Amino acid sequence: MAKDLVEFRNLETHFKTSAGTVKAVNDVSFSIREGETLCVVGESGCGKSVTAMSLMQLIESPPGKIVGGEIMFEGKDLLKLSKKEMSRLRGNEIAMIFQEPMSSLNPVFTIGKQITEPLLYHLTMTQKEAKARAIELITMVGIPRPEKIFDSYPHELSGGMRQRIMIAIALSCNPKLLIADEPTTALDVTIQAQILDLMRDIKTKMNTAIMMITHDLGVVAEMADFVVVMYAGKVIEEAPVLELFREPRHPYTQGLLKAKPIINQRQERLYSIPGQVPNPVDLGENCHFHDRCEFCMEICKVKAPPLRAHIDGHKTACWLYEEEGKAQ
Amino acid sequence: MSESAVQVDTRHSGGTGEPLVQVENLKKYFPITGGVFQRRVGDVKAVDGVSFTINKGESFGLVGESGCGKSTIGRTLLRLNDKTDGSVHFEGQDLHKLSKSELRKMRTKMQIVFQDPFSSLNPRIKVGEAIGEALIDHGLVSRKDVKERVIETMKICGLADYHYDRFPHEFSGGQRQRIGIARALIMNPEFIVADEPVSALDVSIQAQIINLLSDLQSEKQLTYLFISHDLSVVEHLCNRVGVMYLGTMMEMAPTDELFSNPLHPYTKALMSAIPVPDPTLKRERIVLQGDIPSPANPPSGCKFHTRCPMASDICKEQVPEYRNVGNEHFVACHFA
Amino acid sequence: MEQPVNRTEQLQEQLKIVKTESPWRIALRRFMKNRLALIGLIILVLMFLLCFIGPIFSPYTLNETDVTNKNSPPDSTHWLGTDKLGRDILLRVMLAGRISLTVGLVATAISVAIGATLGAVAGFYRRFADTLIMRIADIFLALPTLPILITLGAILSDLKVAPNQRIYYLMFIIGVLGWVSLARLVRGQILTLREQEFMQATEALGLRDNRKIFRHLMPNTVPIIIVSATLGVAGAILLESALSFLGLGVVPPTPSWGNMITAANSLIDFRKRPWTWIPPGMCILVTVMAINLIGDGLRDALDPKMKHR
Repeated sequence: MAKDLVEFRNLETHFKTSAGTVKAVNDVSFSIREGETLCVVGESGCGKSVTAMSLMQLIESPPGKIVGGEIMFEGKDLLKLSKKEMSRLRGNEIAMIFQEPMSSLNPVFTIGKQITEPLLYHLTMTQKEAKARAIELITMVGIPRPEKIFDSYPHELSGGMRQRIMIAIALSCNPKLLIADEPTTALDVTIQAQILDLMRDIKTKMNTAIMMITHDLGVVAEMADFVVVMYAGKVIEEAPVLELFREPRHPYTQGLLKAKPIINQRQERLYSIPGQVPNPVDLGENCHFHDRCEFCMEICKVKAPPLRAHIDGHKTACWLYEEEGKAQ
Repeated sequence: MSESAVQVDTRHSGGTGEPLVQVENLKKYFPITGGVFQRRVGDVKAVDGVSFTINKGESFGLVGESGCGKSTIGRTLLRLNDKTDGSVHFEGQDLHKLSKSELRKMRTKMQIVFQDPFSSLNPRIKVGEAIGEALIDHGLVSRKDVKERVIETMKICGLADYHYDRFPHEFSGGQRQRIGIARALIMNPEFIVADEPVSALDVSIQAQIINLLSDLQSEKQLTYLFISHDLSVVEHLCNRVGVMYLGTMMEMAPTDELFSNPLHPYTKALMSAIPVPDPTLKRERIVLQGDIPSPANPPSGCKFHTRCPMASDICKEQVPEYRNVGNEHFVACHFA
Repeated sequence: MEQPVNRTEQLQEQLKIVKTESPWRIALRRFMKNRLALIGLIILVLMFLLCFIGPIFSPYTLNETDVTNKNSPPDSTHWLGTDKLGRDILLRVMLAGRISLTVGLVATAISVAIGATLGAVAGFYRRFADTLIMRIADIFLALPTLPILITLGAILSDLKVAPNQRIYYLMFIIGVLGWVSLARLVRGQILTLREQEFMQATEALGLRDNRKIFRHLMPNTVPIIIVSATLGVAGAILLESALSFLGLGVVPPTPSWGNMITAANSLIDFRKRPWTWIPPGMCILVTVMAINLIGDGLRDALDPKMKHR
């Protein structure tokens, strides 16, 4: 197995709100290996984006703050780096693409200017070299007539094209890690298929590790090598993708898989997880899923289950698989 | 745990066969204005000659990508927009010819559930009032009985009575969608347009809302026009499905027929583009090239020819005929 | 497997605990947390008390002159001194405050009444009404305010309108000239609201226009009306002061903060008798600043999104 590129160790990111403290990321640990696609999956508010933003150190403070833990990137703790060192890393070794490709491109600059900017800044290329590289990048993300695109403005492109440009910008400095935060959620399915194909392509060509954040289990199945499932700020299950889909162990993961209607597999009635995601303010030290779980036991209401590997490489945080839980 | 995956078709049998809504050659163009004098310089052909019929008690699905005109159809069909051409008949009456007061009366029979649970509720009006105000405004129920009716409807939609005096900002997306459904349901309509009612919700909440809609349909013999970009949701909920592209109906068939035997290359591509949550599945995927063209300037001939893997010269020149190929299966393709 | 979901039982424990709060209460809570705005509010309340209650305790009367004691600096009998006719400055400042504050409030009320109504009509009915109202608004915007006010002031003087009548005309004129910006704001807000799905829902529900306008549209325009009216009061007070200073607004013997500062026109008064013009000047400054602080506080409280932009 390839060695770890990123390792989250007991990361804690909290937000102060008028209603109380929100532990958006609550004791999260997992690692991303070199050249691997890791998908973080979960519903809105589960902390998946905040985890990624913590890695990039783009948490807006206040109200947000990383209050504990470490984020190791190639052996150094990112949380200990100075602002300057971090900004050198961002866009260079770690790049990010977002859900909304329109708002992440600056409308007043040409596409060319926005692609060459990191090349000039991080790789200190000359204008001419940068342009050549930019054209090469635009071609690589599958856009025809790159010279024309180089001189156009973001509003002249469609959503899918803009996302391709974002990917081109992200790849411009050959990052070791590409963070993709719901990169296809705002796109139509046929365009989503194109972008997913492109990302798979890039991964094999450039051997970039991808941390992909998504709520769509279909996307996970297509893209991931390894999956991390989050719920209410905690990792509740992690496993290699085949393993996870073959044998989901946490009741929440099982529920998510059953709740999604699948094409050509009609069911009499959709399974649905009752209730809703708990209010994130001041959650207690228990299993946050307990009030929606059909297997809820007494211990689930009072004590948080540890995230442990009960099967090799497959970790679950659920009392069902612990001695304390089985005793009940 | 896998019992629920049993493949049984319990979708409501498709109604009585008696038409409730008839849409004929409906067109809706939005003018593009330009220049100093705001002259009309062109049209966005959001809906460009679409015909279909929805029978009593059935749920008809409309799928397509952004810009295909599916939402515009929903709104024009309820006359929330004016049409450009064609006609919409509801229970035999031409909706776009009704006077304002006749239309107001008709509104009690047809309702809409919106996509965005955040903008679909007035932030300054309590939930109870939002659900009940139409009853009062139409004088259907006396003022003192309204609260009772509202609470009854709220319970049917999975809300609790203490929610009556709360404001929309105190609810999650899924609950807001339930409020929107209750509001549509309280007048006992016959027909509901559900415009992407679950696409803004999380997966676990989506399933709750889909189940609610399907329960309500069987309990109240509702007729649905279900608009969605998600084929799998439509497959689950609808008896018949129409696939749209750039304002035109490309294919329409009973659900089982459409999913087992898709004829239009666009339908096939759309189906194969949906990511399936099964990593062991290695499918031969049809990935469409290029972008969706602008509806302001649609391609000639068959509108899909710019992206179609099967396109030939005839597709660029001739609009394919929209025809019945048997089994109530309609398709507009030269090669189907 | 049987669904574990009983629809009516999807009660949310935490929602039961949280007590319900209307958008207005939330805004009020936010406002009370804003220290600067609270200071502004306190200053304004004190100013009102001073101007409307203060004169009752004064031993002097408005136009009581005291030739033996003119231009006297502040002392224990006249706390803020006297003017060139020997009138008590403190009393005049307080009474001038009544006039200035009233003019500000009434003029703004007139602007709001006209602006909100016309803006709402334009936004709701669109088409012809919109075009007509907005073209009238454009004409009003194209009018040079100050020259017009000066001309009108001169006309009022020509018609020999009694000084105590003048303030009514003044309120009306300032009010009528000030409606345009609010009308545009309200119209814009209504056009935005119309596109919201909840407004389309009112159409789909077949609600009457009355209910649509008064129950759905208007309450959602109230926040911007409140904010813009608050700031409008400050503007009206400043405008009134400027006109009165020029001798075209409130004219003596009726006092207003503006015409009291006229004292500073004379070099001797300006250099040697600062007590004649500093108090009214300070009153204008403090009042307008307090109102602006309140206005900013209201904006933050009523429209929290604005702050982050």
